[in-house]
Amino acid sequence: MSTDRRAFFKNIAAAAATLTVLPTAALAREKKTAPPDAVGLLYDTTKCIGCKACVVACKDANRMPADTDGYGHGLYDSPDSLNQYTKNIIQLYKDGNEQSFVKKQCMHCVDPACVGACMLGALKKGKFGVVSYDVSKCVGCRYCETVCPFNVPKFEWAKAAPKIVKCELCKERLAEGKEPACTEVCPRKAVIFGKYTDLLDEAHLRLKNNPGKYINKVYGERELGGTQVLYLSHVDFEKIGFRFQQDESVPHLQQTVSHGIYKGFVGPVALYGLLGAVMFRNRGKSEKES
Amino acid sequence: MQTHAQPIGGPLFTRSYFVLLSIAAIGMALILWRFAVGLGVATGLSDGYPLGIWIALDVVTGTALACGGYAVALVVYIFNKGNYHPLIRPAILTSALGYTIAGASVAVDLGRPWNMWKIPTYVWNWNLNSSLLEVALCIMAYVFVLWIELSPAFMEKFSVDGPPLLQRWSKRLLPILNKSLIWIIALGMLLPTMHQSSLGSLMMLAGPKLHPLWLTGWLPLLFLMSCLAMGYAIVVFESVFSSRAFGRNPEIPMLINLQKIAAWGGLVFVAVRVADLAYSGNLHYAMTLDLYGTMFWIETVLWLLPLVMMLASPRPNLGSLFRGAMVVALAGALYRFDTYLVAFQPGPGWHYFPSVPEMFITIGLVALELAIYVAVVKRFPIIAGAARPPALVAQGSANSGATAFHIASSQERRQ
Amino acid sequence: MTSNLTIAERLRRSGVSRRHFLTFCGKLMVVAPAGLALTSYITPQAVAATIGRARRPSVIWLHMQDCTGCTETLLRTSEPDLATLLFDVISLDYHETVMAASGTDAEAALKDAMSQNDGKYVLVVEGSIPTKDNGAYLKIAGRNGIDMLKEVASHSAAVISMGSCSSWGGVPSSNINPTGATGVDSIIKDKPVVNIPGCPPNPYVLLATVLEYATAGKLPALDSLGRPKFAYDRVIHDHCPRRAHFDAGRFAAQFGDSGHLSGWCLYKLGCKGPVTHAPCSTRHFNEVVDCWPIGIGAPCVGCTEKDVAFTVPIFTTADIKRPVPPDFYPAVNPEHKPISATATGVAGLIGGALLGAGFLASRKMNDGATKDEPKE
Repeated sequence: MSTDRRAFFKNIAAAAATLTVLPTAALAREKKTAPPDAVGLLYDTTKCIGCKACVVACKDANRMPADTDGYGHGLYDSPDSLNQYTKNIIQLYKDGNEQSFVKKQCMHCVDPACVGACMLGALKKGKFGVVSYDVSKCVGCRYCETVCPFNVPKFEWAKAAPKIVKCELCKERLAEGKEPACTEVCPRKAVIFGKYTDLLDEAHLRLKNNPGKYINKVYGERELGGTQVLYLSHVDFEKIGFRFQQDESVPHLQQTVSHGIYKGFVGPVALYGLLGAVMFRNRGKSEKES
Repeated sequence: MQTHAQPIGGPLFTRSYFVLLSIAAIGMALILWRFAVGLGVATGLSDGYPLGIWIALDVVTGTALACGGYAVALVVYIFNKGNYHPLIRPAILTSALGYTIAGASVAVDLGRPWNMWKIPTYVWNWNLNSSLLEVALCIMAYVFVLWIELSPAFMEKFSVDGPPLLQRWSKRLLPILNKSLIWIIALGMLLPTMHQSSLGSLMMLAGPKLHPLWLTGWLPLLFLMSCLAMGYAIVVFESVFSSRAFGRNPEIPMLINLQKIAAWGGLVFVAVRVADLAYSGNLHYAMTLDLYGTMFWIETVLWLLPLVMMLASPRPNLGSLFRGAMVVALAGALYRFDTYLVAFQPGPGWHYFPSVPEMFITIGLVALELAIYVAVVKRFPIIAGAARPPALVAQGSANSGATAFHIASSQERRQ
Repeated sequence: MTSNLTIAERLRRSGVSRRHFLTFCGKLMVVAPAGLALTSYITPQAVAATIGRARRPSVIWLHMQDCTGCTETLLRTSEPDLATLLFDVISLDYHETVMAASGTDAEAALKDAMSQNDGKYVLVVEGSIPTKDNGAYLKIAGRNGIDMLKEVASHSAAVISMGSCSSWGGVPSSNINPTGATGVDSIIKDKPVVNIPGCPPNPYVLLATVLEYATAGKLPALDSLGRPKFAYDRVIHDHCPRRAHFDAGRFAAQFGDSGHLSGWCLYKLGCKGPVTHAPCSTRHFNEVVDCWPIGIGAPCVGCTEKDVAFTVPIFTTADIKRPVPPDFYPAVNPEHKPISATATGVAGLIGGALLGAGFLASRKMNDGATKDEPKE
């Protein structure tokens, strides 16, 4: 084998060794849990009457403009889903005789994809486990929107200085000791606010005391790593728009792989050293050849 | 036959050049309009598809096409094929321009581009888990490195022909650059390895919104491979382009060797992908011929086709090499494009197709890139092996400016 | 002297039945369920007791550029009837339409009323005051309206502008306002002025205001335009009995169509309910339920509002300033922005052209692969 070919294979082997860290390597990333002061919401579809008082209250509390572009006649605040003007919405699932209202807003995940995505931490899991947004660190890249499994963060497409819009669980009201606007106005207490652990207990209590009334699952207890907004429903969760049922959180795979590759920045530094060393060695060789 | 890099010379403002400039001008005007009316009006983007062709095409595919410099650098400096050296400068120029234009596309796509300066400076706010941060920082650094790698070409010209201040500085900086080039070039190979693989892990975070035929922990490796493949294809295109336009020798034997790597590499790519799908139990998705299954098969066929083409034609010529490179580029581009746009499933009710202005901004930026490329190769010593005798570069400075790896007339010997 | 008797005593004297008086008090409570000291009692009996203890307030009523509609609306109360009103609950000491005197007798009556109740009477003004050409367009007994108003107001305790004309100029003030018609509060600045706009307003609003003054000694809380909050703090739309039709999107499209006959929302016929502050949704007229414009199928014209009435055309739809959700719902996965066919076509053309060009170019590559002369 010529020196050239030997060197070639040596180099390939070295590069491969440096680059290839198996993604299925030992799990470097622990499963995240809700913080001790975590608060949340519990929404019960069997209690919701679709009055939309929560939608109006959210608009007022957050000083959002009405969305008259929606499916209404330009007379109403009628968004058809969460959008740049709407942080909270009531939608209706109806199929023949089966029907359910569903309230949609940020799920305040325990291990949020959006927080994992955001370059400068504009989206951050802060006090009470609320996923909050700081526009001063936002470049408007919309990566958070891309990765959220619930399609929650929305972008101000119509503005010249657009920002991301999403429910922040009325964090200013929380700081004053009040509850979020939506839970305060709900006439049937279909959505309630409280400590995350209390709400989880309440949800399980309802499941236990009302066999057959609900689908036997508290959505958000385990799904996608757990969410601080919990749902009880009398129809399948997929039908009311919850597409994913897996336990693994969204950032888990990517962060396991990335941590594996970049842990301690050892990989890149080693590769750089290797590249430099190979070039240095080759330099002498090529000069000899000429 | 001249093997030193020379400016091609000749008139710059030809008729076809004006066409190119007009297209670029339209693109620039549309960019101004986009900032005036906002992204909602200017593009086909929506909350369901927040990333569109400016990311999937301009950045993800565009930077892969701009990996010619990366690919050639690996071949020349790591695998020590010194006779490919004449390809370095044009490849680095393409890379520098390609990455700069990709950066411009990002600036046009961002909603709050005035905050971009915070990305490299707000160190205490860095979210080290974010693949996008890695991509952004790495690309910013890489653009910087590329222009430094290219600067000897400019300085060679300025040290003989330019305003006196520039002449003095060029003469002073050139030897310093040449000494430290090895570490800059090493950086120029490290950085693309990092961010091209990060472009893969970027879409890994889409998680369940990414179709199982594309979602895998091997995304970084697959993206790295696709970028190298497309880099190879660019090398072929460049070779052909400069031979047709500037009468340069296209080095067919070199290209044939590179073709072998690309062709067999395609097989490795498909093998890795299929093995991973089988292992994770997702291979059955390929059996349904819905949009996803169909795209998977088109990608797979495109990846395997160069190998088939190569084995089928024992005596490749320039045309067949070009067609093979086209297929490789398409395979890589389609795979990356699919990962970002086609395999991305935001849920029912959402649709995306770029608006006409959105497309023309992309086209305008590409035209701008081509226009600058043509201008630079005509006025600066980038292309080697021109049939014409040297016009603007004096013999002596060409020798002193060349790097330590320069090998003279080696291709004549090897042929 | 009957002037020192309390209202209760006077009513007894006149033979007004207690039942009638209690009904009247009940009506006051309906007109002003909140915001007035007078009606903050739980029972009509308690209200009756409060009113009964008071002495009749002296009221001087001036007519300016008016149609007398605001007087007419007062006449349309049956409980109390006009006579009771005039003599037992309020002391209507000067009113050109209903009083018997005329000519110099009338002028003397005004002078007397003013001097006997100096500083204590409530001045009610009906009609706008023309200000152009030094107020020449209204003269009574040789005096122009401005001077008359100023003089009578100067001895009053409070001024009430009854109706839109005296509140902000009303009909006479609409474009081009040839007489320079204006409301009372642009002329009278030194006395408290209560505006009760409407064309005409509900008479019980006036009665409640006057009686509040008589019993509690103060005027009701007013908003920024001087209107009593107890009646004008909401828009018609927010209290409208037809609101459910609005929310559900059930609109009458034309007068007499099935929607109109079904009592559907009149928004599309130009109803100005969403932009009109007035109590009419729940306080109807002529003491007949549903006897108000919307109730009989005529869109509200916004007669209380200066920016709406006689300015915005009747059939022009109103701006909804604070849209709220309708009565219908979006689906769980609604359809969004569809794909443009043009864009797809253009993309197809460009993509196809590039591929085709590349393929054709590759065919040509083998003729003279290495050229001796550069192309350009």
